[in-house]
Amino acid sequence: MNKITFTIDGQACTAEAGQTILEAARANGIYIPSLCWFEGMKPAGSCRICTVRAGGRYMAACTQPVSEQMVIENMAPDLEDMRKALVEMLFVEGNHMCPTCEKSGNCELQALAYRYQMLVPRFPYDFPVRRVEPAGPKILLEHNRCIKCLRCVRGVKAKDGRRVFGALRRGGRKKIAVDLSLAAALSDRRAREAMDRCPVGSILKKEVGFIVPVGKRKYDATPIGSDLRKAEG
Amino acid sequence: MARKITIEPVTRVEGHGKVTIHLDDAHRVTQSRFHIVEFRGFERFVQGRPYWEAPVLVERLCGICPVSHHLAAAKAADVIVGLGLEGLSPTAEKMRRLMHYGQMFQSHALHFFHLCSPDLLFGADADPAIRNVIGVILRHRDLAVRAVLLRKFGQEVILATAGKKIHGTGAIPGGINKNLGPEERDALLRGPAPFNAETMIQWAAEAVEFFKDFHKKNRALVDGFAAFPSNHLSLVRKDGALDFYHGVLRAVDAEGRKVLDDVDYQTYLDHIGEEVRSWSYMKFPYLRRLGKADGWYRVGPLARLNTCDFIPTPLAQKEFEIFKDFTKGRPNNMSLHTHWARLIELLHSGEVIRDLLLDPDLQGTELVRKRKKRREGIGLVEAPRGTLFHHYQIDGHDQITMANLIVSTTNNNEPMNRAVDWVARNVLEGQTEITEGMLNRVEIAIRAYDPCLSCATHALGQMPLAVELYDAGGALLDRRSR
Ligand code: SF4
Ligand code: NI
Repeated sequence: MNKITFTIDGQACTAEAGQTILEAARANGIYIPSLCWFEGMKPAGSCRICTVRAGGRYMAACTQPVSEQMVIENMAPDLEDMRKALVEMLFVEGNHMCPTCEKSGNCELQALAYRYQMLVPRFPYDFPVRRVEPAGPKILLEHNRCIKCLRCVRGVKAKDGRRVFGALRRGGRKKIAVDLSLAAALSDRRAREAMDRCPVGSILKKEVGFIVPVGKRKYDATPIGSDLRKAEG
Repeated sequence: MARKITIEPVTRVEGHGKVTIHLDDAHRVTQSRFHIVEFRGFERFVQGRPYWEAPVLVERLCGICPVSHHLAAAKAADVIVGLGLEGLSPTAEKMRRLMHYGQMFQSHALHFFHLCSPDLLFGADADPAIRNVIGVILRHRDLAVRAVLLRKFGQEVILATAGKKIHGTGAIPGGINKNLGPEERDALLRGPAPFNAETMIQWAAEAVEFFKDFHKKNRALVDGFAAFPSNHLSLVRKDGALDFYHGVLRAVDAEGRKVLDDVDYQTYLDHIGEEVRSWSYMKFPYLRRLGKADGWYRVGPLARLNTCDFIPTPLAQKEFEIFKDFTKGRPNNMSLHTHWARLIELLHSGEVIRDLLLDPDLQGTELVRKRKKRREGIGLVEAPRGTLFHHYQIDGHDQITMANLIVSTTNNNEPMNRAVDWVARNVLEGQTEITEGMLNRVEIAIRAYDPCLSCATHALGQMPLAVELYDAGGALLDRRSR
C-alpha cells in the first residue's frame, strides 16, 4: 500500500492514501482542534475549527484528503486565533451557562474555550430566545446550547437505521428537530450514546446530570487534545 | 422639621440593603425600615429547567452559603424521585450531612471572626478603619490565624464532599455523586496539627469561652442591645435534638409555648404564610396560626437553640445547658446572644464532623436510590442563617413549572426590622447629629442576623455605608459615608 509523506508544522508524517488531514494527523499523534468531527462518523466540515493552511490555502482538515508532500500549518498563531474567534462566536450565538450546565467538564466547546483561554468573547452576545424541548421519555433537547454541529443528525440512528434527529431550515435559523416516536424507542444505552455524541449539553439523557463528581469528568484533569501524545509541538 | 435618614450599604453583586429612618420635628423616630433587594429572579428562571439541575442552579444564589441551597434543592429533588430522607442510602445521607456541617462550620467561623469579633474587640465607637478584620489581624494575630484555619477546615470538608469549595455538585436527586475516600478522611481527621478535627473542636470550644468572657464583662450591651420578644422557628430532629440537615418544623413563642408542634415540612404551606408589603420586594413570612401581625418569627442560631430540647454532642450540650440556664430555660430573645448561640453551633458542627469522619458508612458505595417519580417536592434545611425552604413542581417532561424559595434572610425580615427599629429608638432618637458610632450600632444590629446582604462584604468584614440626612422637603442636609 502507498504511504503518503507530508509535514505538519515541520514534523514529518505518513498517511494512508485517502485519509483526511485530521485522521492522518491523529494517526501521527498530532492534535488538530475540532468540534463537529466525531470519530468513525462521516465528516461534515461545518464548524471550521479544524481549519489548517497548506500552500497558502485554508481548508477543513476533517474533510480535506491529505496529499503527497503536503506542507500543513496547524499551530500558526493566526490559525489559532481564528479558531478562538470561532469558539467565541459559538458562545455568543447561543446561551451557554457553563456554571449550571450538567455537561460542564465533559463539554467539548467548554474545553476548547479553556484551551484558548477565552475570557470575554470579542463579539456581542446574541441572547437568542430558545427553549428546552421534551424529546420523549428519555431525552430533553436543550436548544440554548445547540451549536448545530449536526453530529446528532449524522450519527444517532434508530434500530432500523432511520435518523432520530434532523435539521430544519438553514444558516442562522437552522434548528435541530427530533422524531418523537423514534426518540421514545431509544434504548437507555442509545440515549446515553446520543448524549455523549453531542459535544455540548444540548442532548440530555434524563436523570444522569451531575452523576460524575467534579475532578472525575473528562476534561477535569487533562485538557482537550491531550489524548494525542505530541499534541502541542 | 421632619427628617429622613438613609443608611445605604453600597451596592455589590449580591443583595444589598438600606435603612431609612424617619424623624419628626422633635427628632423622634416615626418609622424605621430595613430594605433588601432580594433574589426573587431565581424562582422565575428555574422554570423550564430539568429538576435535577435545580441543586446546581439555585446554589448560585449565594457565594457564602451555596451548600444550603444545594442541599435544600437536592432534598426537594429526593422527594420528586420518590424518596424522603429515610429513603437515602446511609452513605448518601451521611455524605450530605458532612457537607452541610462543613458549611455550618465555615460560615459560623467566618461570621464570628470576620464580622462579629471586630465589634466585640474594638467596640462600636471604634474607628471603622480599625474595627474590621484587618484590625483583628494587626492587633490579635492568634485569633486571626485561627479564624483563617477554622474557615479553611470547613471549606476542605465541603471540597471533599461537594467536589468544589464553592458551588459544588455533590448532591444529586436520590443521593450523592461520590463517597469519601480514605485519604480524604484522614486528611481531615488526622492531619498534622492544627489542621485536624480535634484541634478545630478545641478552638471552637475556646471561641465559646471567649464570648462568655466578653459577656461577663459587657452584660448591659450583650443582654440589652436590640433585645425584643419574638416567636422562634426551626427544624428539629424528631426527638427534639438540634439538627441542621433534617427534621420536623417546630416553632415556639417568646414564652416557650409550642406554636408549631413538630409538623412534617411537606405541609409548610398550611403553616407558613408570606405577606407582601408595598415598600419592600422581600416578603414577610408569618405563622398562619398567629396571623400576620403576631406570627413573625426569628430563625437562625438563636431560634434553633430556643426550639430544640438538646444538642446531641457532649461538648456542645454542656454549653447549651449553660446557655439555657442564663434564661432559666425560657426562650432567649436577646439579639446579641445570637453570637453565643452561633459559637455553640460551631462547636457542635466540629463534633459532628469528627463523628461522621469516623463512620465507615462514608466509604460505602451505594450512592443513589430512586423510586416512583412524583411531580412535587419540598426540601428544607437549617442554613447557617436559619431555616431555608425550597419547593418545586415539575411537569410530565421533568421540567420545573413552579419554584418557591423562602431564604433565611427573608424569614428574618421582620426581626431585622425590629432590631433596626430598636437602634433607631434607643440610639438615634433625639439626636441631631449622626455619629459613626450610631451607624455602627445599626450595622451591629443587622449583623447579628447575618443577612445575606453581608455576603458581599464578608471579605473585609465591614458593611460600606453611605448616610444621607434629608429634611421634610427632601433636601439633603448632611451626608456621611465610608
Ligand atoms: S444537538 Fe448537539 S449534536 Fe445535535 S447539532 Fe446540536 S450541538 Fe450538535
Ligand atoms: Ni448567603
